Amino acid sequence: MNQTILVDENGKRTDGRSIDELREIKLTVGILKNANGSAYIEFGKNKIIVAVYGPREVHPKHMAQPDKCVLRCRYHMSPFSTDTRKNPAPSRREIEISKVMREALEPAVVLEDYPRAAIDIFVEVLQADGGSRCAGITAASVALADAGINMRDLVAACASGKINDKIVLDINDVEDKEGSADMPVAYLPNLEKISLLQLDGVLTQSQFTECLEKAVQGCKMVYEIQRKALMEKYFGNDIPIDEETSEEVKE
Amino acid sequence: MSLSKKSPIIIEYLRKRQMLDLLNNKKRLDGRNLDDLRTLEIDLDVIKKANGSALVRLGNSEVIAGVKVETGEPFEGLEHKGALIVTAEVLPTASPFVEPGPPDEDTIELARVVDRGIRESEMVDLEKLVLVHGKIVYTIFVDCSVINADGNLFDATSYAVVCALASSKLPIFEIQNDQVVNTGNKQDPPITTLPVSITAIKIGNTIMLDPTAEEESCMESRITITTNSNGEYTAIQKGSNGSFTLDQIKYVAEIARIKGEEIRKKIKELVK
Repeated sequence: MNQTILVDENGKRTDGRSIDELREIKLTVGILKNANGSAYIEFGKNKIIVAVYGPREVHPKHMAQPDKCVLRCRYHMSPFSTDTRKNPAPSRREIEISKVMREALEPAVVLEDYPRAAIDIFVEVLQADGGSRCAGITAASVALADAGINMRDLVAACASGKINDKIVLDINDVEDKEGSADMPVAYLPNLEKISLLQLDGVLTQSQFTECLEKAVQGCKMVYEIQRKALMEKYFGNDIPIDEETSEEVKE
Repeated sequence: MSLSKKSPIIIEYLRKRQMLDLLNNKKRLDGRNLDDLRTLEIDLDVIKKANGSALVRLGNSEVIAGVKVETGEPFEGLEHKGALIVTAEVLPTASPFVEPGPPDEDTIELARVVDRGIRESEMVDLEKLVLVHGKIVYTIFVDCSVINADGNLFDATSYAVVCALASSKLPIFEIQNDQVVNTGNKQDPPITTLPVSITAIKIGNTIMLDPTAEEESCMESRITITTNSNGEYTAIQKGSNGSFTLDQIKYVAEIARIKGEEIRKKIKELVK
């Protein structure tokens, strides 16, 4: 079925990465003037901006909850973000992704601290590559932190999958289309909790475990990039990064 | 836009206390153990006008699925395959909390997760359902209606789809003088595997299978895992606003394989 060679005999992938390597990630915090918190992420060819507004009043008011905050999330793809023009109206796919993204971020946010208020997260995909929901979650959790919202942990996200019968980290667009399994995972690294898990494709029992563990490892690498981006915004160049962490970042 | 909201089903305070107390002793409100499924009843061929149909009762959750077969154009990029479209709808008959209107995000998620389970397992060999490559293919619709909702609609709906598809008879179409003609004969669909989904939820640190609506109203997180006839994993969806540890997911994955096999045996006997 998979005639396309996605991993060569040296373990190199179509974009030159090894099977355990993430795509290049650039994460910038605080890029929007008007938003309470914001972030811009380039995750491979993905280009995504995230704005966080809130805590603020809920409209319509009857949606407000007396004991906690309402978290709202909108994932949207720009019409020019894909090969063929995407209809700007929200598709069923985008509605589902908005939901799973919100559910992935919710365990990290201390909603009880903002009763009767709303926090809005707007994720706009300007250019799409494989794994845009993971990139979106990664940027959104940093934007939430940038907005000064009380959080239990950051949420880092990364996908793993199966191509040419090998389990690889961080599936890109081509690998998603031609490969045989895709498993996006979001992880709270300090609480060691998984808050998003999806799979499409066929995995045996051992591949399933390998895939899940690989994705969690990937999330830990993404977490270091998130930490570094926040440090850069708030401490500038005189960052108190300890040696151990900076080693991991390079990797 | 997706927003966090209260469960539409409001469970009485005392009832909830009772449920949580029972859970401490690994028992549930309806007397089940944590990994017991509710009784599963399946009636096949309940709609004679459909090419295949099934009525599934999982406890008090009732779902009806109907298969309709037409011919049409293939999907873009999948010119060598027939088209399979699975839809799901929660009817206003299903509970007092359902209102007619466009589907909400929960219903969209239900339809997409059920569709994913069937599609990713490649249950139907769609390459055998092509009439003219790139032009005319079989289009199989499986439309599901939830007629009574009492929790775990993911599994009830997915079993209904699998039963309806596996027991269906497809009309045989032929091309004669560039026209699609229904020969009036019937064929079995090219079924390759029987995907079975198992859903678990977490309340506190307790994980239980096949939740009722009351249990779902108290859940922190939910996970649906689909396995195929070889015991391989083909689709997963984590849902709701809580989280799982790695070990909890591995536990559910293992139990989904075992329980899935039991359900598969039952479905297999029925459709043969």
